[in-house]
Amino acid sequence: MASIADTGTLPRAAEFRTCPDTGLKIDLAAEKLIRWNAVVAVVFLAIGGFFGLLVALTRWPAVHLLPAEWFYLALTAHGADVLLFWVIFFEIAILYFASAVLLNSRLAAPRIAWLGFWLMLAGALLANVAVLQGESSVMFTSYVPMQAAPHFYLGLILFAVGALVAVAVFFGTLVIAKDEGTYEGSVPLVTFGAIAAAVIAVFTITSGAIILIPTFFWSVGIISHIDPVMYKVVWWGMGHSSQQINVSAHVAVWYAIAAMVLGAKPLSEKVSRFAFLMYILFLQIAAAHHLLVEPGISSEWKIFNTSYALYLAVLGSLIHGLSVPGAIEAAQRRRGFTKGVFEWLRKAPWGNPAFSGMFLSLVMFGFLGGISGVVLGSEQINLILHNTMYVPGHFHGTVVAGTTLAFMAITYLVVPLIFRREIMFKKVAQWQPYVFGLGVAGISLFMMGAGTLGVSRRHWDITFSDAPVAFDYPGTAFLMMGLNGVFGVLAALGGLMYIVVVVWSVFFGERRTEEKARSEPLLPQDGAAAVATYGSEGTLKLPGTITLVAVFFVAFVLYYFVNWKFLSEVWPLS
Amino acid sequence: MTDTGQDTRASDQPAERVPFMQRLLDNPFLLLFLGVAVPAVLYLMWGIMEVAQIPIAP
Repeated sequence: MASIADTGTLPRAAEFRTCPDTGLKIDLAAEKLIRWNAVVAVVFLAIGGFFGLLVALTRWPAVHLLPAEWFYLALTAHGADVLLFWVIFFEIAILYFASAVLLNSRLAAPRIAWLGFWLMLAGALLANVAVLQGESSVMFTSYVPMQAAPHFYLGLILFAVGALVAVAVFFGTLVIAKDEGTYEGSVPLVTFGAIAAAVIAVFTITSGAIILIPTFFWSVGIISHIDPVMYKVVWWGMGHSSQQINVSAHVAVWYAIAAMVLGAKPLSEKVSRFAFLMYILFLQIAAAHHLLVEPGISSEWKIFNTSYALYLAVLGSLIHGLSVPGAIEAAQRRRGFTKGVFEWLRKAPWGNPAFSGMFLSLVMFGFLGGISGVVLGSEQINLILHNTMYVPGHFHGTVVAGTTLAFMAITYLVVPLIFRREIMFKKVAQWQPYVFGLGVAGISLFMMGAGTLGVSRRHWDITFSDAPVAFDYPGTAFLMMGLNGVFGVLAALGGLMYIVVVVWSVFFGERRTEEKARSEPLLPQDGAAAVATYGSEGTLKLPGTITLVAVFFVAFVLYYFVNWKFLSEVWPLS
Repeated sequence: MTDTGQDTRASDQPAERVPFMQRLLDNPFLLLFLGVAVPAVLYLMWGIMEVAQIPIAP
């Protein structure tokens, strides 16, 4: 049983318990909010994942499951439920964890935090109801002049306001922690990564408010017209930036898992913080790559916001891509795994789903989502891939292989530490990151393959069976879409394994008592200190990581120039 | 505070001058201002001005 002490002297009489695994002081109000946000997040992942499976089975030419109307309904629900509701509910849980828990602080204004939670939940439910009623199949982007039902926009606005309230509570908690001296010096790196995510969230939500409020008024007839290009510019300030919240949050999760499971510290706190600063300043403007083929917008705006400023954010990701595996290698070598170049990697805890999920997320985010993001962000080669299946291939590499897998991985620590329940079905949990990771890798690769062959995204029927003008894609494109369907089923199986393990553990799992924490420690002795304090590993003697990074750079350069070769073939310059 | 490479921040050490970058990174509200202002100017405002300048078809 955890010890509970009433501090009494604080402005809010916060009740704390001391975590027997980490020794951290946990505000019970923060813990409850983390639990509820995480549970609701998983519910929306289940709903959104189900719709995703329907979409994959419909785009599988041999199956072609849903009629057109249902396909667009399912696609809209899939996008909203996983791209917004699943990730942002989970991110709010991460913000509360990274502030109140890691800083040993009380949470600022829990009642306001609950207001934010209920607003988010009401908004997410309202938007789902609107979509399921069938009058709002406008897809995630909801481009005007397509019009959804007013309560679809209202739902998104309520959700955004609730998320903004939660972000304000996060910043308030940082102020309280500093004022009450609950930590020394600088905040830990994981909290700093959460600050980056929260800053990007403020820009994201502001952009959403700027465009969704007038669009709501347009849907009820108060405003007569919304300019489609203006809508796209401002909407993507929300639509793409919301995915940048994910990137900052999941990179913070990578550092957190490496620290908690292996006691790994970043190679250099300063350099990793600089990388997060690059995210804060430049990551949001990557939204411009969605507008690279829009007429009427200058090349100066397009190229500055993608091929110049975006590369500064990419530099941030490259730094994290070196620092996270480097931190793991340094920690493993400290533990004695020093033979050869890769003993540290071979003897990593691959049977721990928190670690395996994190490492797969790291590798797939870099190789699939990262490289393809730079390709899409180059104005010239974007021309051959814009609005093809390549785009969802890219963001399934970032948001699903990167963010979702990282969030799944940290769940295997959150359940015992915050819900105080043992992980049930341990074998299923061990296999889950591999099944889901393999499925998502296939989805991402085969979508990108189909996109490279020109297959359009958001299209119900690539055979154009009822079109007045026939068009035939090459047979390979059909193969790619079929394989996308097969791997979509595999990813859905991995998602189902996660839902079953998490739901069973949270509601029916064995309680994790203090005795259990003592006899079967979840974290190594230095795990809690590594995640909750400022400090660097301070070494670059990392032959394994340097080798992996070299392989990544070779793949990056080769793939980048292969796409220029493709461009030269469709656009001969003789 | 400097990056010592370890968690060595003994309380008996003399106070060091905090470098500018460290002060910037330790101030979440300055980061918030920069993180909203930079994309608001470079992406949103510049983009909106571009669209607003598109001539209306006769």
